[in-house]
Amino acid sequence: MPTRREMMIGGAAIAAASLLDAPGVLADNQIEAAIRQRTGGAAVHSGRVTLGIPQIAENGLAVFTTVEVESPMTAGEHVKAIHLLSEKNPIPHITTFWLGPRAGRARVSTNIRLAASQKVVALAEMNDGSFWADEKSIVVTIAACIDGG
Amino acid sequence: MARERSECVSALSAAMLLLLAGWPGAPAQAEEPASAPTSGTSLLSPDLKAMQDDDFANPGMLWIGEGEKLWQAKSASGKDCASCHDDAAKSMKGVAARYPAVDTEAGKPVNLEQRINFCRTRHMGEQPFAYESGDLLSLTAYVAYQSRGLPMNVETGGAAAPFFERGKALFTMRQGQLNLACSQCHVDLAGRRLRGDIISHGVGVGYPVYRLEWQGLGSLHRRLRSCSFGVRAVQNDYGADDYVNLELYLAGRARGLPIDTPAIRK
Amino acid sequence: MALAPARIAMPAEARKGDIIEIKALIRHPMETGYRADARGQSIPRDIIESFVVTYAGVEVFRMELNPGISANPYVVFSTVATETGELVFTWTDQKGAATVERKQITVTG
Repeated sequence: MPTRREMMIGGAAIAAASLLDAPGVLADNQIEAAIRQRTGGAAVHSGRVTLGIPQIAENGLAVFTTVEVESPMTAGEHVKAIHLLSEKNPIPHITTFWLGPRAGRARVSTNIRLAASQKVVALAEMNDGSFWADEKSIVVTIAACIDGG
Repeated sequence: MARERSECVSALSAAMLLLLAGWPGAPAQAEEPASAPTSGTSLLSPDLKAMQDDDFANPGMLWIGEGEKLWQAKSASGKDCASCHDDAAKSMKGVAARYPAVDTEAGKPVNLEQRINFCRTRHMGEQPFAYESGDLLSLTAYVAYQSRGLPMNVETGGAAAPFFERGKALFTMRQGQLNLACSQCHVDLAGRRLRGDIISHGVGVGYPVYRLEWQGLGSLHRRLRSCSFGVRAVQNDYGADDYVNLELYLAGRARGLPIDTPAIRK
Repeated sequence: MALAPARIAMPAEARKGDIIEIKALIRHPMETGYRADARGQSIPRDIIESFVVTYAGVEVFRMELNPGISANPYVVFSTVATETGELVFTWTDQKGAATVERKQITVTG
């Protein structure tokens, strides 16, 4: 049975290890699998996509989220779809918005549920087959009193 | 999303330990601090405040829309609310600010929900709506909404006085397994943090409220029941006298604060 | 067959070529299927799965919803005002039950 001192040092080491994850380099987890499922392994570029999500969510049950993609939204060049993917929710795929040139601009907003503090990825699929993404980390605070009803 | 009920217990136990360990003389009989109570709206994050203020995006408005339909729903007797009260925007303006109010026939204070049900049974020949039913919530929210922005102004003297005093006694009485009084958090520690939340003054001026935890609209009694649950006290029934007395006391404390219905809370 | 109260906010008029913002809100618990009731029984999943918008008969927006979308789903999106006509908004749940709202838009110029 490890001593409390040993457990605390071990715990700190685990915490430190996760802090060392380079930003933008995703651990091999469900979010990477969810992206690969949609891209078929194609490269995902950063830029053009902005995922607007608070740094701290007051409540994981309704987090206001906006995704905006730079695109002329013409017949020749437009965003086909925007996917929202979660690192820690039971289901990685939160939602997909299907756009197209009729949208006029690629900006959508909705309220999402987040099960815990985690990374969220907005993945934009263009009509030319290219993929662009933005990733944000969000801290989800839990209400102090769990209701019971 | 798995939630541990024990989290609330441990959070409140921590608060209790702080109170016992060294918080200067935290008596169960607390006095109101120099700063007057404020609405929980002031504690909302910018995103949630924006949602509350947006009459389209505020989910509570979905119930109010239903309430507007119910206002004109004909009962078996052929009457609807409009038969007596005409345009709610005019007739109901200021009403929520005066409730709970003593009902002479009942001989005790009743809240808005109960008053609506008295209208149904006494004047429309209808059965009362079940407490916390979608219909009652919608109609109560619709009526309260007509007083949005108006300051709370309940009668706490005269016939209401003994019930107000009972409410005050309940507010300052230690209860439940955790042996905490409402005042210990909502007066002594208001404005301080309890885990991720800032403790409010517990004034309840935005009810019925869209609570994210409920993912829907709920009444003040539902919230009071969860407060009781939080200190591991017996939860009274919806509409119980003691909850109405407490509601009257809270409304008195909230004097002057604008009604927020439908407020958004976590 | 209506599911639940639903509302749409959009301008009634626009000039041709304008990008108009549309907000949609519907009352629905979006039950995830992961919650248990007071007795510990699992509450079955009950969600809206799709939200589709057509403009003069042409689909202009679609949203696939999963349990990760909050209760009482709210969405803001845009469309180009192309012609006077009717926009039809359809929310469909997992059983195929649909709520439909319609809005007219007058497009000038």
